[in-house]
Amino acid sequence: MITKRIIPCLDVKDGRVVKGVNFGGLKDVSSPVALAEFYSQCGADELVFYDITASSDGRKLFTDILVETAKRVFIPLTVGGGINTVADFDRVLKCGADKVSVNSGAIRDPDLVYEAAKLYGDQCVVLSADIKRVDGQFRVFAKGGREDTGMEAISWIRRCVDNGAGEIVVNSIDTDGVKGGFDLEMLEAVCDAVNVPVIASGGAGKIDDFITLFQRLPKVDAGLAASIFHFGEVSIRDLKAEMVSANIPTRSL
Amino acid sequence: MVAIVDYGVGNLFSLEQSLNAIGGRPTVTADPEVLKKADQIILPGVGAFEDAAKKLRSSGLDQVLRELAAAGKPLMGICLGMQMLFEKSYEYGEHEGLGLIPGQVVGMQGVIPADYKIPHIGWNALIFKKASPLFKYIREGDCVYFVHSYYATDCDDAVIATAEYGPELTAAVARGNVMGCQFHPEKSGTVGLAILRAFLEMKEGSVC
Repeated sequence: MITKRIIPCLDVKDGRVVKGVNFGGLKDVSSPVALAEFYSQCGADELVFYDITASSDGRKLFTDILVETAKRVFIPLTVGGGINTVADFDRVLKCGADKVSVNSGAIRDPDLVYEAAKLYGDQCVVLSADIKRVDGQFRVFAKGGREDTGMEAISWIRRCVDNGAGEIVVNSIDTDGVKGGFDLEMLEAVCDAVNVPVIASGGAGKIDDFITLFQRLPKVDAGLAASIFHFGEVSIRDLKAEMVSANIPTRSL
Repeated sequence: MVAIVDYGVGNLFSLEQSLNAIGGRPTVTADPEVLKKADQIILPGVGAFEDAAKKLRSSGLDQVLRELAAAGKPLMGICLGMQMLFEKSYEYGEHEGLGLIPGQVVGMQGVIPADYKIPHIGWNALIFKKASPLFKYIREGDCVYFVHSYYATDCDDAVIATAEYGPELTAAVARGNVMGCQFHPEKSGTVGLAILRAFLEMKEGSVC
């Protein structure tokens, strides 16, 4: 039986993890490589590295980190941030990424998803959508959630799947950072619209939020979070043990 | 030395690193002489069957692999590389594979329940069907990472493990010294590394 995935997301800037990490037993908590290794040992099913660097020096540091991570961590690795062209796909895939996540780049260039899927396969292209309710409508936002594109989110996601997006990350701006649970209403709307894996993001504050997510919406494939893992508010080991107790299909170590 | 067959299909970086991590000293090569000297051979592959089969044929590596397999060299296909071991694939048409294991590769559409997603992507538990030296360091129920839309069928004699995705789909096969994994051991954490380690312990002529 296919298992539900737990995915920590690491924001990386100039070679370091941005939000800071609060862990016991980790020497260099701001090293993305060390953190990736730690999460992999704790049972993370996949990792997302999000590159928030603007400079080309930072980009080089980022790809160096990818290579180092791929030498030590043997679970799927998704890379996002600054992916605007097929050449960007090529750059990170060569350094050990398995999947590439596009967001603003796909909004700017609607052909990007299609071109990348044709070259690398649908399984390689992850569409990440930042979505917020505006006037009773799910709206796609660009530029890290700062800019309303005016596009309706469900039809945008459907179009990207038709073009070859193999997975969807649904990041609810409405629940992000609130720690009151995932945006079940938004996620259900996406799950009903497409038949590719859906990854829930934004809103998790405790273990129960993941249990509720997978129990209420069996069509959701994975739960993604960042700071609650980094600050030790949710331990991946405990989370997976709870999932097993709740009879949710889970990969145990 | 373990050789990874380089026939221009997919990204070999992760596979190379995973073998390095278990002390495997892999060589990525398309040179028949290097393949002949290798202790084991891994046939990787990501992408479309037709394109991959053409590349194997045009490089003449198909014949080299058949000869080495017949000579008893341990050969393992991974993902599309496993599918290439079979006689035929029906991925966008009908294409010939290496024919080292009887069976064919078909799509999941209509075979799995309608609400199951295609591709089959994620971590799924192995169900053992036969004892295999490949599994000496892992247990039934261990999860491995799958990404595929087509699967091998009509190959019951060779199936050593399946994974449940509606029906049970072929997850791993073996016929003497020729074996294959539909999943990606190089992306399956410690379980995947344990499978690769077991493969690297196989010697020419010692596999039965």
